[in-house]
Amino acid sequence: MARYRQTDEIVKLMDNPTIIRNTSIIAHVDHGKTTLSDSLLAAAGIISTQTAGQKLFLDSWDLEQKRQMTVFASNVSLVHTLDEKDYLINLIDTPGHIDFSGAVTRSLRAVDGALVVVDAVEGPMTQTETVLMQALRERVKPILFINKVDRLIKEIKLTPQEIQRKFAKILLRVNTLIEKYAPAEHKKDWQVTVEDGRVAFGSALHKWGLNIDHMKMKKVTFQDIIDAYTGEPAEVGRKVDELSKKAPLPEPILDMFCKHLPNPFEAQPYRQPQIWPGDVDSPTGVGMAKVDPNAPLLMCISTIEVDPHSGTVAIGRIFSGSITKGKTVQLVSSHQKGQVQQVFMSMATDRVIIDRVPAGNIGAISGLPSIHVGETIAEDGIEVHSFEGLRYVSDPVVTVAVEPEDVKDLPLFDKVMHKLTTEDPNLHFHMNKESGEFLLSGMGELHLEITAYRMQEAGLKVKLSKPIVIYRETIGHDYTGPAVMGKSPNKHNKLWITIEKLSDEVIEAIKSEKITDMQSKDERTKILRGLGWAPDDAKGAVAVEENNILVNRIRGRQYVDEIIDHIKTGFREAVHTSPLAKEPAYGLKINLEDVTVHEDPVHRGPAQAIPMTWRPIYCTILLSNPKLLEPLMSFECKVPSEFVSSVITLLNKRRGKILDMPSEEDMITVKAEMPVSESFGIADILRSSTQGRAFWATQFSRWAPVPEQMQEETIKKIRERRGLPPTPPKPEEYFESE
Amino acid sequence: MNVTSRITTLKELVFVGLGLNDEQGISLSGLEEAKTADHVFIELYTSLLPDFSMKRLEALVGKKVRVLQRFDLEEENGKLVLDSAEKGKTVFFVPGDPFIATTHVTLRMEAAKRGVKTRIVHGASIISAIIGLSGLHNYKFGKTVTVPFPENFSETPYKVIAQNKQLGLHTLCLLDIKVDENRFLTIKEALTMLMEIEQKKKLNIATSDTFAVGVARAGSNTPTLKADYLNELVTYDFGAPPQSLIFTGQLHFMEADALIAFAGAPPKLRSTVK
Repeated sequence: MARYRQTDEIVKLMDNPTIIRNTSIIAHVDHGKTTLSDSLLAAAGIISTQTAGQKLFLDSWDLEQKRQMTVFASNVSLVHTLDEKDYLINLIDTPGHIDFSGAVTRSLRAVDGALVVVDAVEGPMTQTETVLMQALRERVKPILFINKVDRLIKEIKLTPQEIQRKFAKILLRVNTLIEKYAPAEHKKDWQVTVEDGRVAFGSALHKWGLNIDHMKMKKVTFQDIIDAYTGEPAEVGRKVDELSKKAPLPEPILDMFCKHLPNPFEAQPYRQPQIWPGDVDSPTGVGMAKVDPNAPLLMCISTIEVDPHSGTVAIGRIFSGSITKGKTVQLVSSHQKGQVQQVFMSMATDRVIIDRVPAGNIGAISGLPSIHVGETIAEDGIEVHSFEGLRYVSDPVVTVAVEPEDVKDLPLFDKVMHKLTTEDPNLHFHMNKESGEFLLSGMGELHLEITAYRMQEAGLKVKLSKPIVIYRETIGHDYTGPAVMGKSPNKHNKLWITIEKLSDEVIEAIKSEKITDMQSKDERTKILRGLGWAPDDAKGAVAVEENNILVNRIRGRQYVDEIIDHIKTGFREAVHTSPLAKEPAYGLKINLEDVTVHEDPVHRGPAQAIPMTWRPIYCTILLSNPKLLEPLMSFECKVPSEFVSSVITLLNKRRGKILDMPSEEDMITVKAEMPVSESFGIADILRSSTQGRAFWATQFSRWAPVPEQMQEETIKKIRERRGLPPTPPKPEEYFESE
Repeated sequence: MNVTSRITTLKELVFVGLGLNDEQGISLSGLEEAKTADHVFIELYTSLLPDFSMKRLEALVGKKVRVLQRFDLEEENGKLVLDSAEKGKTVFFVPGDPFIATTHVTLRMEAAKRGVKTRIVHGASIISAIIGLSGLHNYKFGKTVTVPFPENFSETPYKVIAQNKQLGLHTLCLLDIKVDENRFLTIKEALTMLMEIEQKKKLNIATSDTFAVGVARAGSNTPTLKADYLNELVTYDFGAPPQSLIFTGQLHFMEADALIAFAGAPPKLRSTVK
C-alpha cells in the first residue's frame, strides 16, 4: 500500500534505479484517465480518498475539469510498497486531446511503461490507438486497464460471460496493435492477457479495481461485482462503497506498475537505439545504457512550465549522469549554455527543491529561461547528439485578434502571453505593427478557445475577434527563366534570384526542426546533403524561415558577407508577407544567383539591400503560377449508424471529403478531410444533429491549394480585410530592366 | 527660331553644385542657370549645409525652389525632375559638387534615356576642401570610404584603411549622415567603432597610438582641424557636424610640417618623417 513519505526518503529511493518506475497513463478523451490518476494520488496520501473521483487532480486548469479532459501533461512522484519493498513511481500525465499530440510523444519519451485506459463500453478509440502506437514506437511497454465496467452492468446489463467476451474483444484489438508496433523482440512478450495479471478492470469513478491476482487474493468474482450493482439505488451505493473498500482501485494498478513495467536498468538499453541517435560507445552512450549517475549528463526535456516563483521550469527525464544545482550545462539543439539554478522533484502539486536528481529519474530544473520543449540538456564541453523527433511544431492555422478588456491590464497581458507561449510551443503570439493588433495563432478553434480560457484563469479578461484562417502562398512550378534581377532603390546594387519548390522531405525536416535557422551551418549542410541536395546548395543554405530556405549560390563576389544579413532580412520579409495576399510563403527554395555591390558601405545599407531582395522574390513568385494554400484538417467521427447521414450532410456542405467509413457493430467511423475555413462551429452542429452521440476529433492534416475557381475570390477577401487593393500585383511591377 | 529647335533647347537638365556651407557657394554661372530656368529643384539629404537658408536661395534665383526627398529620387526614380526637364529648362541644386556622391548619376542616366540633355555646373567638394585644409598632398590619397552608423555595421572602412596604408596612402573617411533624422556620425563614434574592429583584426590600423586627422565643418566659416594620436583624438571636442577623418599613410616632410602648423599636430610628429 502506498503512503505519504518525507522528501528525504524519496530522495534516497532515487539512487536505486531497480525500484524506479517511470510511467504514463494513456487514453482517449473521456475514458477516465484523470479520474484514475486521482485515485492513485489519493492512495499515495497526497489527496484525500473522498475527493478522488470528483477532483480531477492532474488537470491543472479549471477548464480541463469543465471539459472533463486533460489538456497538458503534468507529473507526480509517489511511493508504493509491494512485498515489503518500496517503489518510486513517477507518473507523467499525457494530454488526451488530439489537438495537442506533439506533447504526447514528449511525455512518452520520459517513461518506460504505460497504462492504457480503455472505456469498457466504447472500446479502444482512434485516440487510444494513435497514442498506443506512439508509445510502442518509443519502446514504452504497455499494460491495460478496462474502465467503466459499471456501465456494462448498469446500462447494458451484461452477464458475467458477456462481460468476459467484451473484455476478450478489447484485448484482441490492443494485442493486434502491440503485435504490429512493438519492437521485434517484444512482439510476443508484451502481449497483455488477463491470466498473467497485466490487465486490470474496474470503475475509476467508483474507486474499485481488480486484476486476476487481486481477484484471487480478495476472493471477488464477476458475479459479486454484478450483485453490487443490483438493487435499490441506496443499496447499490452502499454495496459499491463496500466493493471499493474491499478492492480499492489503486492496489492492482500500482502493483502492476511495479511487477510488470520495466525499471530504467532494464528499459534504457533497449530504448536507447530508438530514441537517441548518438554514439552508444561514447561515455554518454555508455552512461545511458548503464543508468550511470556519474557519467556525463543527458536529459530530455518533455514539458516547460512558467512558474511565478521559479520562472521557467523545465521537466524531463535524466537518462545519464545527474543534474545538480549550479551545474553548467549545454542546450544541445539551440547551441546555448546555461547554469541550472534550482533542481526540483514533484510531489503532487508541489515542486520540492532538492540538490540533485540522478539518472533514471524525472526531475525539473530552473535557470534556463530560453529553453524550449524537446531540448536535450547535456554535460558542458562534450560533443553529443540531441534527442530526435520531439519538437514537432505544427503550422498555426487559425488566428484571433486578442486584447485585454482593460488597457491597465497590459503588463499582466504581456506576462500571461509569455507564460502561455513558453509552455505551449504550438501557440504563436505577435503584434501586427501596422494595425497594432495582438494576434494569437494556434492549431484550431478549440486550441485558441482553451488558450483564451487560460488567460481568464490567470485573472486576465480579454476580448477575442472572430477566428481567421491562415493561408500560405507557394508557386505552381519551379521558376525556369533567366535569373530575375532586383535593384536597390539607389540603383547602385543588383541581385539576381531564382526560385524552386522544396521537396516534401525537406519541408518535413523543417517542421520537425531537423533543419532550423539556429543550427550550425555544418549540421544543416549535412542534413540537406542527406536529403539529396547538391553539395554547393547544401553548403549555401544560409537562412530558414517559415518552411522556406534561402540558398546563397554567389561565388567570387566582394562584400557579400557584409550585406548577407540585410539580404536575409529581405528574404524573411518576402516569405512572411508574400505577394498574393500577404500570407506567409510555403515550401520555397530561394536561390541567390549573383550580386553586384557598391564599393562604399553607406550605399549598400539595409535600406538598399532589403528592397533589392524582396522585390525580385515577389517578381519571381508571381511569374511561377502562384498558388494560395489553405489548411485542411483530418476529421474522424465515431457515430451510431442512425446518425451517420447527418455527419455526411455536414461534410458535404463544408467541402469535406470522405476518405473511409469503417463500421463496427452499430458504430460507424467517418474518416474525412475538410478545410479549416469550413470548420468553425461544427461542434454545436454535430452535437445537435447527433443528439450528442458523435465522438469526434480533428487534427491539422496538410496544406492544399485552394480550388482553382475559388482562389481569386479568396485572395480578394484576404486582401480587402488587410486594406489592400483587391487584386494582387503583376510581376511587371517588380521587374527591373538593366 | 523655328518651333522644333526651340523645344530641343528646352529639354535640358542642369546639375548645379551648391558648395559646402550655404547658398553663397553657388558659382555665378550656376546662379545664372537657375535664373533662366523654368523649374528649379534642390535636394538637401546627401549632405549638410550648415548655414543654408531656403528663403535667401529663393530670393537669389527669383523663383520657387522645390525640395526633393530621397523617396522622390530613389523610389520614384526622379520622375518629378525628369517630367519637368521634358517640358522646360530645369535646374537641380545639389550640395557640394553634384556627382561626388555617386547617387545622382542614376538621375543623369535616366535623363539620357529620355533624351533629355544634361550639363553640370560644378561646386566646391568636401573632398578637395578636406584635403586642402589638412595640408596633405592630393596625390597621396587612396580609396575613400564612408563609415556607416552602427546599425549598418561594416568592416569595410577598416579594410580600406588597411589596403591604402599598405601602399603608403592616406584614407579619407566620410562619416555617415541622416540629414532627415538630424543624425550625424561623430569622429568619436567612428573611432570607437574602428578601434573595436582593431581588437578583433589586430592589423595595427586603429590602435590608441595610431595617428589621424579629424576635420569638422570643412568649407564653413568655422572649420575645426585636429591631428593627433587616437587616444587624444577620441576625446577632442570637434563641435557641430559634419565631421570627417583622415588616416594618414607614409607622410612627406612637408605634410608633417603642415599638420603641425595648421592642424595642431604634436611637434614630435616631425621626428617620425625624413
